[in-house]
Amino acid sequence: MVEINLNRRQFLKLSGATAATLAVVELGFNENEVQAKTKEFKIAKATVTPTICPYCAVGCGILVHTKNNDVVYTEGDPDHPINEGSLCSKGTTIRQLFTSEKRVMKPRYRAPGSNKWEEKDWGWMLDTIAKRVKETRDKTFVEKSNGVFVNKTEAIASLGGAALDNEETYLLAKMMRGLGVTYLEHQARI
Amino acid sequence: MTNHWNDLQHTDCALIIGANPAENHPVSFRWLLKARENGGKILSVDPRFTRTSSQADIYAPLRSGSDISFIGGMINYAIENNLFHKEYVAKYTNASFIVKEGFDFKDGLFSGYDEATRAYDKASWSFETTEDGKPEKDETLQHPRSVFQLMKKHYSRYDVDTVTTVTGTPKEEYMKVAETFCSTGKPGRAGTILYAMGTTQHTVGTQNVRSYAMLQLLLGNIGMPGGGVNALRGESNVQGSTDFGLLFGDLPGYLGAPKELPEHATLAAYLEKETPKTGYWSNKPKFVVSLLKAWYGPNATKENEFCYQYIPKGNKNYSHIALFNAMYKGELQGAFLFGTNPVVGGPNAGKEKEALSNLDWLVAIDLWETETASFWQKEAGSDPSKINTEVFLLPAASSYEKEGTVSNSGRWMQYRWKAIEPKGEAKADMEIIHMLMRRLKGMYKNEGSPAAKAMNALYWNYGEHDHPEFDLVAREINGYYTQTGKQVENFGMLADDGSTCSGNWIYSGFYPEEGNLSKRRDNKDTGMGNFLNWSYAWPMNRRVLYNRASADPSGKPWNKDKAVIWWDAAAKKWTGNDVPDFKAIVAPSDPGGTNPFIMTKDGVGGMFAPTLNDGPFPEHYEPFESPVPNAFSSQEFNPTIKVWDGDFNLKGTKKQFPIVATTYRVSEHWQSGSMTRNQQWLSELAGHMYIEMSEELAKEKGIKNKDKVIVTSARGEVKAYAMVTKRFKPHTINGKIVHQIGMPWHFGYKGYATGDTANRLTPHIGDANTMIPEYKAFLCNVRRAD
Repeated sequence: MVEINLNRRQFLKLSGATAATLAVVELGFNENEVQAKTKEFKIAKATVTPTICPYCAVGCGILVHTKNNDVVYTEGDPDHPINEGSLCSKGTTIRQLFTSEKRVMKPRYRAPGSNKWEEKDWGWMLDTIAKRVKETRDKTFVEKSNGVFVNKTEAIASLGGAALDNEETYLLAKMMRGLGVTYLEHQARI
Repeated sequence: MTNHWNDLQHTDCALIIGANPAENHPVSFRWLLKARENGGKILSVDPRFTRTSSQADIYAPLRSGSDISFIGGMINYAIENNLFHKEYVAKYTNASFIVKEGFDFKDGLFSGYDEATRAYDKASWSFETTEDGKPEKDETLQHPRSVFQLMKKHYSRYDVDTVTTVTGTPKEEYMKVAETFCSTGKPGRAGTILYAMGTTQHTVGTQNVRSYAMLQLLLGNIGMPGGGVNALRGESNVQGSTDFGLLFGDLPGYLGAPKELPEHATLAAYLEKETPKTGYWSNKPKFVVSLLKAWYGPNATKENEFCYQYIPKGNKNYSHIALFNAMYKGELQGAFLFGTNPVVGGPNAGKEKEALSNLDWLVAIDLWETETASFWQKEAGSDPSKINTEVFLLPAASSYEKEGTVSNSGRWMQYRWKAIEPKGEAKADMEIIHMLMRRLKGMYKNEGSPAAKAMNALYWNYGEHDHPEFDLVAREINGYYTQTGKQVENFGMLADDGSTCSGNWIYSGFYPEEGNLSKRRDNKDTGMGNFLNWSYAWPMNRRVLYNRASADPSGKPWNKDKAVIWWDAAAKKWTGNDVPDFKAIVAPSDPGGTNPFIMTKDGVGGMFAPTLNDGPFPEHYEPFESPVPNAFSSQEFNPTIKVWDGDFNLKGTKKQFPIVATTYRVSEHWQSGSMTRNQQWLSELAGHMYIEMSEELAKEKGIKNKDKVIVTSARGEVKAYAMVTKRFKPHTINGKIVHQIGMPWHFGYKGYATGDTANRLTPHIGDANTMIPEYKAFLCNVRRAD
């Protein structure tokens, strides 16, 4: 499982406790009340998972705090050797990648000539896409050309992949070459 | 990057050209500021005074599209003033090689040019060889046909006056940059060049980068900590997606995709033709066969050429521009988009949008409803009733809603744990790819057509259910012994007889028997900030590429304070703060012991590059659209670029469009904006499309800050707010005033923050080697909207 170096975090927690005690002495706060408030902090009892920022290729470490199937907080990973806890404006706001109301929640289909999306289930979408790919591929597949086995279709294109994980790009390349796709391109070109 | 982010702290001088890391790679800048604390200098060369410029010791403006002139002048300056690293140049580069008689350069053209095909016959760009086939050398660098003397002659034309006339850089600023950066030519000092799309997105993009590499070789800066040529990559895994072969010309690990050619008709012929006899690439057959074993599994046997025949073989250029030209002409029927948005990000984006309506079907896999997925909508300016394209939008999981690795600019392959289940019904791209393939393989299972045979041969063994086994994919990428199933230790163990498989040889080593090393989180500095036990860096966990060159020919570091690896005579091996990018037991006195560039045929850095399409030395040509004639030759623009005809690629004249334009990014948005314009905070922080211009141009055009303005090019027009700043200043080019404007390219009509798309203006023309579009220098005009 995840091995996070907790030392610094434990240290922060400890110093937080010390500050609370001091506050009671110096400012007259009720110590019990302060602790009660602490327990309500969003990240109390949250699960912490390290990730790498999805934006530029500096590759900063970020900690994602999750609780009750929600992302409650994100912060720079203090143990990460490149960013050592700091983040830019985009890295700071990655919680909203989960919470944004603009996320597409269900598969959508747009029929020829239609002016709207229809929501469909995954099974129908995948079966229909597979059917379209097979029809196009079978119609346009070239096995041999000028005496060379070319096993290709020049009627299907695949674009994108710079935001995918390595393992995904690997399967994408394997799938597309396996289908015989020659128009295989992504953001590195543009 | 040859080096990596933490390594920037070791630099004596960072030349930042065609990049704006303070804005676009903000966290990287802390390592540059650390370098400055250590006495290093930061130089910013950019058409605009950027956030990076504001942090720099020296800022020098240049006109978009004049990089080769700028750097060519620095090469000339270093040679003329004897500031280059002589021993490094003589021993570690091909400057000492003798070029064959017949090589020539006249009026912007190298020998061998054919005007009809706009291409070179490169036969005359080759080296004299000795009887045993090795290059003839003169390490005194005096031979008139030595690469060094030819280079010296070529760049003698790049004198400061001519250069600054072309670039528009004030002479004093230019001299400061040249002096400061060339001071790193002193043995033991290190300078780094940082670049990004401001360098590459030109019709001479490849040669721009080449010019940086040459300058760095000349100054002995490659292989040094705080040195190198460093591409600041803009997407979290654009390094990885390139490594894994998502460009038409490469299979994973930069193994050239076979083509429809008689010499590629069989595996044996392909390997014979494409495998160099010397250098590390002589191992290519092991990597190709191991890839075929990973792709075709037990179906790949020696008898059937390891299923080589099933690899598709193309016969043309299939790159982005060509792809959209084909789509525009109706030659494509279907397309997949995996998290990409060309209606905002593509060149001549308005026309690319039109091209999409010629598709029968389009599958978009994304977190958001992008401008591209909804190109058929009324708000896109389309008439839905006239567009017959079926569109499938599949919701994708975000980066922390799945597990996987990404490779940063420094080639660190870092693992991301899954933090939460995907939002709504979203699924990981890997799952979507797997589910589609399972269905397709099922449909073809009982068929015997050629199309079915190719499909049935493909080995897709990631579990018998819709959720693929991540670990099986990771293990296959590293590779294993096909007999025992045990993981191969690294790519040194790969074989060409089918006994090993590896899905991407350059990554082989990240997942040995002991486990997946990309998950490592030991952040103890193992020396020189290389963090060898944090994640895994390809190749072989090396952090500074070509690090043999950080030591002198005898194996001693050029500078003991900048020691990466050194020869340990007692232990008889290379040792140090990094994994040697060199065979660890080859002593400096052994054959090849002073050849640090193990991937090249001759083991040395290439001052002279006889393989590129547009010449062995970078030469300045004007952009496809330029406001001025070429001061260096009568060739206006790169004579080897493909000029597309038809209304997809209209060209503007300087009479109609006298102003230079460029595009750029802001910190708050990312690329085509789909990730960031769909979030509230970032949309609020940078909510509007704008056109940035100088006070001088604004005055000339009667434009005030925040006025609505219209920018036009031969391709289209955009309307946006004017942002009048001191950050742009008019250039003085050959005594004449040339204005330049700039604009962010993040905007479209979807999301919270909307605005006109800058790429409706950009040309559909690409670099002579890579076909990357020339987004960064084109012509336009600007006026008030009312």
